[in-house]
Amino acid sequence: MYKLLLSWRYLKSRYIALASIVSVTLGVATLIVVNSVMAGFSDEMHKRLHGILSDIVIRSHDLNGLPDPEWHVNEIKQIAGDDIEAMTAAIQIPAMINFRDNIQGQWITQPITLIGIDQQTYGEVSDFSKYLLHPENRRQLNFLLKENDYGRGKRDRFPVSGWARRRVSAEWEQQAVESQTNDLTTNVLEFDANDIPPSPFPLVDDSGVEGRGETVDGLVEGEVPGVPFQALDEPQLVFDPSTEQHTGIILGISICSLRGRDTNGEVMDYYFALPGDDVKITVPNSGQPPKAVSDSFTIVDFYESEMSEYDSSFAFVPLSKIQDLRGMVDVQSGTKSVSTIQLKLKAGADLNVVKQKLQARFPVQQFGYQIQTWRDMQGPLLAAVQLETTILNILLFLIIAVAGFGILATFFMIVVEKTRDVGILKSLGAPSGGVMSIFLGYGLSLGTVGSGVGLVLGLLFVEHINTIAGWIEKVTGQEVFDPTIYYFNQIPVIVNPVTCVWVVVGAIAIAVIASILPARKAAKLHPVEALRYE
Amino acid sequence: MSSAFELAYPESQPAMASSRGSLHPRLLKAPVVLHASGVTKSYRKGKVEVPVLNGVDIEVVEGEFQAIVGASGSGKSTLLHLLATLDQPDTGEIYFEENRIDNLPASSRDILRNRYIGMIFQFYHLLPELTALENVLMPVMIHHGIISYTLQRRKFRQRAKELLDLVGLSHRLKHRPREMSGGEMQRVAIARSLMANPRLLLADEPTGNLDRAAGEEIMEIIHELNSAYDVTIVMVTHDMSIAAQADRTVRLAEGKVESVSFQS
Ligand SMILES: Nc1ncnc2c1ncn2[C@@H]1O[C@H](COP(=O)(O)OP(=O)(O)O)[C@@H](O)[C@H]1O
Ligand SMILES: [Mg+2]
Repeated sequence: MYKLLLSWRYLKSRYIALASIVSVTLGVATLIVVNSVMAGFSDEMHKRLHGILSDIVIRSHDLNGLPDPEWHVNEIKQIAGDDIEAMTAAIQIPAMINFRDNIQGQWITQPITLIGIDQQTYGEVSDFSKYLLHPENRRQLNFLLKENDYGRGKRDRFPVSGWARRRVSAEWEQQAVESQTNDLTTNVLEFDANDIPPSPFPLVDDSGVEGRGETVDGLVEGEVPGVPFQALDEPQLVFDPSTEQHTGIILGISICSLRGRDTNGEVMDYYFALPGDDVKITVPNSGQPPKAVSDSFTIVDFYESEMSEYDSSFAFVPLSKIQDLRGMVDVQSGTKSVSTIQLKLKAGADLNVVKQKLQARFPVQQFGYQIQTWRDMQGPLLAAVQLETTILNILLFLIIAVAGFGILATFFMIVVEKTRDVGILKSLGAPSGGVMSIFLGYGLSLGTVGSGVGLVLGLLFVEHINTIAGWIEKVTGQEVFDPTIYYFNQIPVIVNPVTCVWVVVGAIAIAVIASILPARKAAKLHPVEALRYE
Repeated sequence: MSSAFELAYPESQPAMASSRGSLHPRLLKAPVVLHASGVTKSYRKGKVEVPVLNGVDIEVVEGEFQAIVGASGSGKSTLLHLLATLDQPDTGEIYFEENRIDNLPASSRDILRNRYIGMIFQFYHLLPELTALENVLMPVMIHHGIISYTLQRRKFRQRAKELLDLVGLSHRLKHRPREMSGGEMQRVAIARSLMANPRLLLADEPTGNLDRAAGEEIMEIIHELNSAYDVTIVMVTHDMSIAAQADRTVRLAEGKVESVSFQS
């Protein structure tokens, strides 16, 4: 009984103990905040990676792909059909994009990863559609340019795009051409700004397949690709950009935009090109050796996964367009090849089991396919995040350990200060164990109070972390969480109750352990000497 | 050494018995409460042994008020600590009601101090964080666990209040030691020493730190305890006028009992 009473009274009367409580509190709060934020980041990343990548990808080692996708799809259905929710075939190849920057007026060329997708099924295997800017495309993707409304519900300050933009720029273009060339008789209009009138010439394709690519050998800047041709089945010699589009392309948003700050320090996105503008894509064809073929595309949407790696390199076009452009057709069977088959598994299906089944069916030595789960593909990144969390946790627990040494020192002081009390208690018949448990109980209550307050503070902080970040920004004028870097507008947090329990238990344990030595010292004090102590 | 003392023990017995003859008649047939023989104690200062007690024999009978006097540093406090089992003698034996107590294990000595022997000190030795009432309750708090204490809480508090009332402090139950005068603190200490209803009260210069008036009040209480409540008291004191009122006065000098005198 006296143990509780005295622990409590010592706690109340020793302000120095407050310092120990505060250090435990801070340690616990920091650990909880950091863990929640890291878990939030990690979860957000998992979600995004998983959303972008399908569960399992079968990829042909050869750029020219796996022939006869039909057959593959049937085989896969046979061996793992029960686990599969959706499947799609796609082509992924390196490519060059070339477009005119509408801010500076310069030509920009960038390497990209061109992905040919089936607009019906691609959205089923991953969250692809979710990341598109146009609300209609989010519902059901097609590669047709929309009137306007890009970014609604996602990026509300998105500039005017789509047909609204295309008509205006076509008109402006025409006027510019007219005034420049003074040749009003020309009725061949350019499909892109500032291009010199085109020189339509027959397309040459090495593969001998009818394609609309052309060799770029000797293509000089300003001398331009040929007949714009597209979507509409009838080949037209005259292309009217104000009413017609090329094959649609969906660009990763960072390919043609930069996030930065304006003069007022506001975060701004600068777009070099927008939906409605045309771009040129150059890809290697399927010849031996490959030659570059290129074609014009109209940007019909942007893709914003908020993973900069993908947003700055992915561009999506219809699958058949790439197959035609590159000539990926088997002359004998007439089937067109694809380079990847992507699977989405049913909820609860085991990724690795399916992967092993597929590996058994398509052995590497025979097929040369790489079969990976989404975790395999992003393994190093996920592992890095995990490692980072672990290291941070170790470092932060060291902080609590420092608090533990603080408690140790404080307690030694308190024991010295309380020497006489120990003597008194012993003279009244308190056993050594009882004296010891006063100080252990003291440590326990320090740890409990400290980590309890820390828990509450930490949780409150996590709850309001974005508001707090806002305040700090206002006060210091310094951006705490820079959306130009992270692509998150909000700091993501996830509170894991198990982690919280561990942190609290760990902190209490450290406080108790730190009080063992001083408590033992108190218990060992000789009563007479303790009584004589001045 | 120790065997020599054990041999010497029977011889000191008649000396004790004969000295008892001079005790107040009311105490002649009283049983012995405390009895020490051949107690030695020395302290080690570095490598030098400093002998403090060199074979002290003492006897306390029930109901007695015994005073121990002696020069400062003559070992009075040391002896009292040994009698209270706060410390253990190097040689010699101490009996409490015919049970040897000096060589008991620590846990038994804790119980002895907790329930059978009360102590008061020159510097009161109250716990500064606790109120007067809590200080008085301390022995029973140590005795009882949480549940047992809580069940009997009412009874214990009642007794503590009565004891505080007995020492005239019923109005200061909630006061902390630092809010009280020396005399008041000593009265709280007396109440505390009586809480467990001990058979023996050991007092180490309880008036040594008090002014005359406060000291007299304390002595009045102690005398009343002895006469009205039959508490057996062994009191170390400097004050010869106090010693003169004792049933028996033991004078210590150079670590030995120099003389024993009785109230005339
Ligand atoms: N812990 C100790 N170490 C060394 N010497 C001590 C210790 N305690 C007491 N002494 C010595 O023992 C002697 C007796 O002390 P004490 O019993 O307090 O005397 P008294 O109470 O009669 O004044 C003194 O000389 C004192 O210095
Ligand atoms: Mg003394």
